Amino acid sequence: MSSAERALGKLTARRGERVLGWLTLGALVVTALFALVISPREAVQGNVFRLIYVHVPSAWLAYLAFTVVLIGSIAYLVTRKIRWDRMAAASAEIGVLFTALTIVIGSLWAKPVWGTYWTWDPRLTATAIMLLIYLGYLAVRKLPDDPAKRARWAAVVGIVGFVDIPIVHLSVRWWRGLHQAPARLLGVPKMAPLMGVALMIAVVAFTILYLYLMALRMRIGRAEARLLQEALAPRLEPAGRAVGQDVTSEAPARG
Amino acid sequence: MTGTLRHARAVAAKDLRIEVRGRYAVGSLLPFAGTVLIAFGLSLGPGRTLLQQTAPGLLWLAVLFASVLAFRRSYESEGEDGALEGLVLAPVDRASIFLGKAAAVIAELLVLEVLVWLMVVALFDLALRSPGVVAAAFVLGTIGLAAVGSLFGVLTESARAREAVFPLLVLPLATPILVAGVKATALATTGSAGQAVSWLGLLVAFDVVFVAAGTLVFGYLLED
Repeated sequence: MSSAERALGKLTARRGERVLGWLTLGALVVTALFALVISPREAVQGNVFRLIYVHVPSAWLAYLAFTVVLIGSIAYLVTRKIRWDRMAAASAEIGVLFTALTIVIGSLWAKPVWGTYWTWDPRLTATAIMLLIYLGYLAVRKLPDDPAKRARWAAVVGIVGFVDIPIVHLSVRWWRGLHQAPARLLGVPKMAPLMGVALMIAVVAFTILYLYLMALRMRIGRAEARLLQEALAPRLEPAGRAVGQDVTSEAPARG
Repeated sequence: MTGTLRHARAVAAKDLRIEVRGRYAVGSLLPFAGTVLIAFGLSLGPGRTLLQQTAPGLLWLAVLFASVLAFRRSYESEGEDGALEGLVLAPVDRASIFLGKAAAVIAELLVLEVLVWLMVVALFDLALRSPGVVAAAFVLGTIGLAAVGSLFGVLTESARAREAVFPLLVLPLATPILVAGVKATALATTGSAGQAVSWLGLLVAFDVVFVAAGTLVFGYLLED
């Protein structure tokens, strides 16, 4: 556990963050080049197909992020170190963002191809339910004021929510007809090799983006905790010094 | 292990005693479920075929919504006079508190479900075929539902959770129960009960996973 913690610390240090930022920018530029210029136009769907280079990596990030929520939740309950909770919280926010992005992009893609924004396709429906589960996770995080209690409650939701996802998938797939093949992934079987390369690059780029966002969000989480601590601390000090400080240090905490 | 079960029985008996003396489920859950059913009926219009087709879904939705109130009620009484602290301080396994509270809610919901089912049969002309399969779906679905609800019911100690967060948490997690329950009921009442077996299997899987998960993690919610 401690080596994982060290790696986490390095990743979220200021310097690692800058390196990640540049890497992200570079990777996204390369992705854009491959997605929009280098990869060929799809024969049937035309340029709309290029949405795949955002849609699939977003979906991948959503699952990656929620897996990290699970890991952070278990690690918090085992070690009781608040940084694991911060990791889970950061990852949940990013996961919710990319789940929503997956659904929105998917809808925009479905309109010209399937003729409708929404079908009750098993994969679509299960993704929407997954979004709701993790919105619930974020809502639970807002309930307790005590950080330790918030971390414990959130960890339980993070674990139970993750366990539920495969059951939701299974139930929704059966719901559309017992022996239906797994939901079709549009166009993938007839993809040109260059398209596959572009998709791989996009997945890697989004993964780096995830690491960068995690580093940023965790630093903000640390700053929030420190701010709260400083805002509350002066009250414990001798009255003479605290009075003047109280006003200045407490003001930003409320914002 | 026998101690855990004995303590769970004591917790369940306590909750059921509260219900028998207070008659909350009968007094407010049943009218609530009735209101939901009437509202569904009005919103879907008087067309007989449509109502008949949607009856299994409406039945489960009424039960699902009413169950959210039942879980909240189950923990409301714990919030009064520091009752939950008393339970936590008692020399019993946390898992037995979870199992006991879940068992009491299961008993209450099963009674409620029989009555709601009768209402749906009367209001929406739901067929009375294969009652065994329907009963199995309700028993299995209720176990899973009670596991989710009794686990996260602890969160309603926070006033903010009581309003929106608790249903937001329970309803999406319980999606497999809704889907499997509705499908099993629909298959049973349209005369193809044999196909309902896989849905009942799904409910069993959900029950096993959530009763196990609840037993394992419930203690973390209570700690203070």
